[in-house]
Amino acid sequence: MSNVPADLRFMKSHEWARLEADGTITIGISDHAQQALGDLVFVEAPEPGRRVNAGEACAVVESVKAASDVYSPVSGEVVAANADLGGQPELINQDPYGAGWIMRVRPDDKAQFASMLDAAAYSAALAAETH
Amino acid sequence: MALRTPLYETHVAAGARTVDFGGWDMPVNYGSQIEEHHAVRRDAGMFDVSHMCVVDLRGDRVRDYLRHLLANDVSKLTQQGKALYSCMLRQDGGVIDDLIVYCMNDQWYRMVVNAGTRDKDLAWLRQVAGGFGVAVEPRTDLAMIAVQGPNARAKAASVMDAAVAPRALEIGAFFGLDAGSLFIARTGYTGEDGFEIMLHSDQVVAFWNRLREAGVAPCGLGARDTLRLEAGMNLYGNDMDETTTPLESGLGWTVAWEPQDRDFIGRAALVAQKARGDTRKLVGLLVEDRAVLRSHQKVIVAAVGEGEVTSGTFSPTLQRSIGFARVPAATGDRCEVEIRGKLVAARIVRPPFVRHGKVAVAL
Repeated sequence: MSNVPADLRFMKSHEWARLEADGTITIGISDHAQQALGDLVFVEAPEPGRRVNAGEACAVVESVKAASDVYSPVSGEVVAANADLGGQPELINQDPYGAGWIMRVRPDDKAQFASMLDAAAYSAALAAETH
Repeated sequence: MALRTPLYETHVAAGARTVDFGGWDMPVNYGSQIEEHHAVRRDAGMFDVSHMCVVDLRGDRVRDYLRHLLANDVSKLTQQGKALYSCMLRQDGGVIDDLIVYCMNDQWYRMVVNAGTRDKDLAWLRQVAGGFGVAVEPRTDLAMIAVQGPNARAKAASVMDAAVAPRALEIGAFFGLDAGSLFIARTGYTGEDGFEIMLHSDQVVAFWNRLREAGVAPCGLGARDTLRLEAGMNLYGNDMDETTTPLESGLGWTVAWEPQDRDFIGRAALVAQKARGDTRKLVGLLVEDRAVLRSHQKVIVAAVGEGEVTSGTFSPTLQRSIGFARVPAATGDRCEVEIRGKLVAARIVRPPFVRHGKVAVAL
């Protein structure tokens, strides 16, 4: 069973997002996604300063099995990328909602965050996907 | 519904993620594929390979049959128990399957073929057998466990009967031993020492559990693939199939040309291909950038032509991406691979990439 923290928002494509106190949004991939991908071997995160659009592929996570795009749930400016993933991509496997975060975006419009799936809706989507 | 081996419930109880492989529901990993890979390189790991098809071939003329059927020559098997790796070819030289055959005695050989090719293999074996009076008997009653790694033989012997264990430890490389309830072969698909052990399906769960208690790590097909790629071993369906010959699949070494009067199926086609001289070749690739080779990616060889990646992965031992590609004959020591829309430089190297736990290519 995969872990779906109640305080996060999600995309159907298995990204999670957290609204930080400073108004930025931290983005990563869900526990379900890291389990399905298997051991991560490379992460390609966007450069800080880059503009991203909601739904745009802006990072790549590559596992022993396959490469997958990571989509931004919001439009805005990338303000940080997790530099630790360069040497330790396995942080995503070990701690997908913590040390395995991928990037931080300052959103143009916080309403895009509010419109993401909540934990209950994401859990329901996962259940539907596996049945 | 997918086929399941007698160990399926054991795998699920151990937390395996399963995947379809050749119609079988098989464990891909039990948590971390990379940890399972390292367990085999550094200690001992085990794979359920019961999906593979064991076939016993019996008859007075079974040796003549196999000398006609296979591109390699079983007359090399002059000692009881000795094993031979070979391709089985169509008349046009295409590879029907790759297999291992053991000489049990003059009138009995044992073959192990791939799971995904089982039905067409059996049909072909039977079709050719008619002319030689050979009986083709698939051993669906047998299961198989591969125990691989530097400590694999010692750990496996520790769970065998006291009468069998010392004999098992004396088995030479690429030999099998018929030890009553166990058939123990010193073969494998990882580039490490170890055994492949066949036993009755009723006994396999207990034997697997004893191996586990002896410290042998269960490993899935994910690790099996990264290990075989590092070891420079082909995978049927990826690196060769009915549309390619052994000569363009890095398997020319398995074709026994001598004696010249041995009439094996596919010989004429291989001779003609060799005479044409422009045969594509299967090479090893090593990528220096942070990108991973995957099968079917396009390979570009400047001023020569194009090819295709047949297998690719991230090598846990090298911490680089490695793979095989089929490229034009004139390809030198560099190429580029189109990976997710970008051209990535790759070096052409001679497999194996890793042998007995040690890196075997210049990084």
